[in-house]
Amino acid sequence: MKVGVLALQGDVREHSQVLAELGAHPVAVRTPEDLTGVDAMVLPGGESTTISMLLDSSGLRRPLGARLAEGMPALGTCAGMVLLATEVLDGRPDQESFGAIDLTVRRNAFGRQVASFETDLDVAGLSGEALHAVFIRAPVVERAGPAVEVLASVADSQGVPRPVLCRQGVVVAAAFHPELSGDWRVHEMFLAGR
Amino acid sequence: MPEATPAPNPAPDRVTGTSRVKRGLAEMLRGGVIMDVVTAEHAKIAEDSGAVAVMALERVPADIRRDGGVARMSDPALIEAIQGAVTVPVMAKARIGHFAEAQVLEALAVDYIDESEVLTPADEAYHIDKWAFTVPFVCGATNLGEALRRLSEGAAMIRSKGEAGTGNIVEAVRHLRSILGDMRRITQADSAELYGWAKQLQAPVALVQEIAESGRLPVPLFCAGGIATPADASLVMQLGAEAVFVGSGIFKSSDPARRARAIVEAATHYRDAHILAKVSKGLGDPMRGDDIATLDVKLAERGW
Repeated sequence: MKVGVLALQGDVREHSQVLAELGAHPVAVRTPEDLTGVDAMVLPGGESTTISMLLDSSGLRRPLGARLAEGMPALGTCAGMVLLATEVLDGRPDQESFGAIDLTVRRNAFGRQVASFETDLDVAGLSGEALHAVFIRAPVVERAGPAVEVLASVADSQGVPRPVLCRQGVVVAAAFHPELSGDWRVHEMFLAGR
Repeated sequence: MPEATPAPNPAPDRVTGTSRVKRGLAEMLRGGVIMDVVTAEHAKIAEDSGAVAVMALERVPADIRRDGGVARMSDPALIEAIQGAVTVPVMAKARIGHFAEAQVLEALAVDYIDESEVLTPADEAYHIDKWAFTVPFVCGATNLGEALRRLSEGAAMIRSKGEAGTGNIVEAVRHLRSILGDMRRITQADSAELYGWAKQLQAPVALVQEIAESGRLPVPLFCAGGIATPADASLVMQLGAEAVFVGSGIFKSSDPARRARAIVEAATHYRDAHILAKVSKGLGDPMRGDDIATLDVKLAERGW
């Protein structure tokens, strides 16, 4: 299976390594031509404002949006979650997202880098030990639509539990970085779910 | 405005300030452009142009070089104004060895501290013990030994120094080639030779062994000092840098917003000469720049 990794900016290499280890065929996607033959898509961590600008300048926004609207499986982590959501809070006023998963997402919801953290998550449907998760200037979900399954939550800076791992059909969104913790069960779940 | 101190940890099983989260932010900046800004207005222009982060300072390196005198940490009011103006990470510089400036910057909750040779060094013998901080640090290096010494002190990102404020890429290329060339040679060395490398580099053998194993630094390697054009960004990224810092090169050019955006596109499409040709058209005048031989002060020689 050819899995595109959106390679405009961010931790593309880590996602590509995990996908290759799990037997998928990762392909870096920087231009519309790179989308040809891609069966699924990973939107990595990075700066969502930068990636958003580069989606426009590269001409990728429309063809990638069309593929997502047709139901292409997608995994978004951190900035990738922001890009897949329906609505973005605390973003730039002109920031557009794909609306591939029915979420309202708040950027940098835990605060600045000094508040970035690691923790263990209980994930619905994952067998075995807790999932170790790395949160870096992470977003949280403020609203999850009725079609969205919430698989894991953590308390935000106000102590309110917020979803951080969500699935809607073949689209999976994580506020944290499953590509950084050495535990690949989120990627396995994504690859198995298509 | 962001709070000066992070909110109390609501969950005891949550750990902050680990190497994983410090290096993690650097990994998220890969393929991006970090821009020097001296006002909140500059910061907005940088963010609008696609900067992955901004470096808040009072004077860009070209002006520090021109003005002379002692260059220090920026006014906290300026840093806060810039933090309030943008949503991307905000970095700030502390003088080499000036751990009190670093403590102030951590209290301001900057996202990264650059222990920088662009400012006047505060300590002639010691760099900051960076393990003592929750906030991550980036440090400059001219060669692999210097990079590994900074890593052993706790740096979570390395940038090749280049020669800041010159608009001249030649020193950045020298430093990158030195760092990456030695890394390639280390991957060819046998296990006994690695001890010789550690001695020669004046660096911990464990870090040399890690490079021999992985072929990479354990933290991201970015490039700074002299980048003025989209082709400069492409050059250093093709050589092996994973992202670029642009200081004077943007706001000392005739059309900063346009040039900033072009360099951002170049950092993404650095191997695609057709896209580089397109984004390089009609950018106006780049910063004038300096020949290295004419410089009175070489900033890259600060630190060790």
